[in-house]
Amino acid sequence: MSFDRIREKLNILADAAKYDVSCSSSGGTRKNNNKGLGDSHSSGICHTYTEDGRCVSLLKILLTNHCIYDCLFCVSRKSNDVKRAAFTVDEVVELTMNFYRRNYIEGLFLSSGIFKNADFTMERLLLVCKKLRLEQNYNGYIHLKTIPGASDELIKEAGLYADRMSINLEMPTEAGLKLLAPEKSHADVIKPLDFVQKNIAQFSADKKLIKHVPKFVPAGQSTQMVIGATPESDKDIMYTANAFYKNFSLKRVYYSGYVPISDDTRMPVLGTQPPLLRENRLYQTDWLMRFYGFKVQEILNDANPNLDIDIDPKLSWAIRNMQHFPIDINKADYKMILRIPGIGVMSAQKIVQARKFGKLRIDQLKKMGVAYNRAKHFITCVDSPYQLKDYQGTQIKAFILAESHSKYLKTDSNQLILF
Amino acid sequence: MIYVFDGSLPGLLTAVFEWFERKPGLVVLKSKDAFQPEAFTEVFFVNNDAEKADRVWTGLQKKIKKEWLRKFYCSYLSEIPEAYQHLFQFTIYIFQNEKGAEANYGNNDVMALSKYAKSVEREKHRMEAFIRFQKTGDGMFYASIDPDFNVLPLITNHFKNRYADQQWIIYDLKRKYGLHYDLNTVEEISIDFSADVNKKNPAAILMDEKEELYSLLWKDYFKSANIVARKNTKLHVKHVPKRYWKYLTEKQLG
Repeated sequence: MSFDRIREKLNILADAAKYDVSCSSSGGTRKNNNKGLGDSHSSGICHTYTEDGRCVSLLKILLTNHCIYDCLFCVSRKSNDVKRAAFTVDEVVELTMNFYRRNYIEGLFLSSGIFKNADFTMERLLLVCKKLRLEQNYNGYIHLKTIPGASDELIKEAGLYADRMSINLEMPTEAGLKLLAPEKSHADVIKPLDFVQKNIAQFSADKKLIKHVPKFVPAGQSTQMVIGATPESDKDIMYTANAFYKNFSLKRVYYSGYVPISDDTRMPVLGTQPPLLRENRLYQTDWLMRFYGFKVQEILNDANPNLDIDIDPKLSWAIRNMQHFPIDINKADYKMILRIPGIGVMSAQKIVQARKFGKLRIDQLKKMGVAYNRAKHFITCVDSPYQLKDYQGTQIKAFILAESHSKYLKTDSNQLILF
Repeated sequence: MIYVFDGSLPGLLTAVFEWFERKPGLVVLKSKDAFQPEAFTEVFFVNNDAEKADRVWTGLQKKIKKEWLRKFYCSYLSEIPEAYQHLFQFTIYIFQNEKGAEANYGNNDVMALSKYAKSVEREKHRMEAFIRFQKTGDGMFYASIDPDFNVLPLITNHFKNRYADQQWIIYDLKRKYGLHYDLNTVEEISIDFSADVNKKNPAAILMDEKEELYSLLWKDYFKSANIVARKNTKLHVKHVPKRYWKYLTEKQLG
């Protein structure tokens, strides 16, 4: 392969893949027991970060950016005037192996534009996986895109070699998707997601009965929604996410702030700032649902269809529900402690362990990592100062905002003009 | 009263043994490198004793959970002078209390060890992420590092399991020792660099012929994966602090 041509291909096909934000390399369980290359790290490793602050863990590329579809939100759409390229199967294998050997990456993230048809594309993706696993003894991470419309046999076989599979919902609602990609529907995504999920369940059920069952997508499935290209509310987005977490046991839902790449009038104009703060608030909500025991309806509902921009969703929930506070750190359930603004999972765990040895004081809480200036409005501990009056939620919000320095204040104005 | 030990783990454990034998009350533990004689304080020099150290270690193993033995070891590897004092007091505290006392995050030494361990584990994780091998002409994958803490003992297994089919060397320039994997076992090595060798970047002539291509492709990839409209230098530097840039192929010019 010629030096310059392979560089050009990599530039084109990495550039086209970067809007897929999934970067996770966690959940892999593949061990290096064939004296080959690679060993999965259960928590994943971010090997570097690009200048936009996003982690680089996998070699994320498209096999090709030729595509028969014309989805408005996609940089590789048929009608877009961009340079096209395609890797050969061997080129992808060689790149992956050589990057992995130098400790640049945790593995491969392979996606593709649809050329010819779904099966033709899926076959080639599968071929890359098989070569890596069977010929190169490669045990590193593989995140593979399921190509909607590909045959069940191909998808099932791919699941034997990939660690994670994913299909993107693209738009949070069917209406949004129809607006920008009339050829596609959520049903196209749901069918293969469901098929893979049923197989994961089947394999893990077999595993309980039979000793040697091969791995099948051990790191589970994920999906992605583009945020801010279409006018959905945060409630629409998170209710969709919640449904997909529930129905398909997804490991992750990613929210990708739309970066304008089209001058079509149905979308935000070129040069509009991507909605980074909104994206951040959605991720915070996602975390509250997955790790903090919040129900999505508690955070977003008809009365509050959008997340606050100036404060995070946990604080926002707390000041709307002051009847639960103040919480006595020395007595309350772990579940309630988790709900206190300024206390995370780690400090909540430390609190419940430490209070068995004696009642906790403010200085101890601070040392454990509690953001006390925030938490103090919602808790009592042994030496909490006596509070003469009850503050309203809005007053507390003002206190906290007055002393916090949001890293996003600069971009605030950009956030509000979107809708 | 000051106890002075040689800075080794057996030394530290022996110090604990000696304390229990003498019960001298409050003691400050210092490594001999950090020790400066004071006029009015009594000094006791700890003599390493493998048997005594073993007894303390076995005692610790019985008293605290495995994850806490790891925290203990990590705190020791931090090489921070104050950490020795906390390790010393922590061990005494553990032996003087019922099993499970390490969960008392309200205790000063418990919290201190928890913090040291967190920093050391983070540095370990950073090395697993930021080490970049260069392939030399004889097929060896080489990387040099100078981590904040002595993390080589913690990363041995990770690299051994991962790169089982290639020979590699990871060399700690600051502590002047390294690890060499020869396709079977990992052994400690030390290299006598002659004065004119550039330890960070061995001469290109020693490199595998494809090395330049792959480092170039990686730099290209790093640039292509960036979304300019989302530029966030603050976040970038937070995740990859500048002191690590010297390791990173993608951060080198050209």
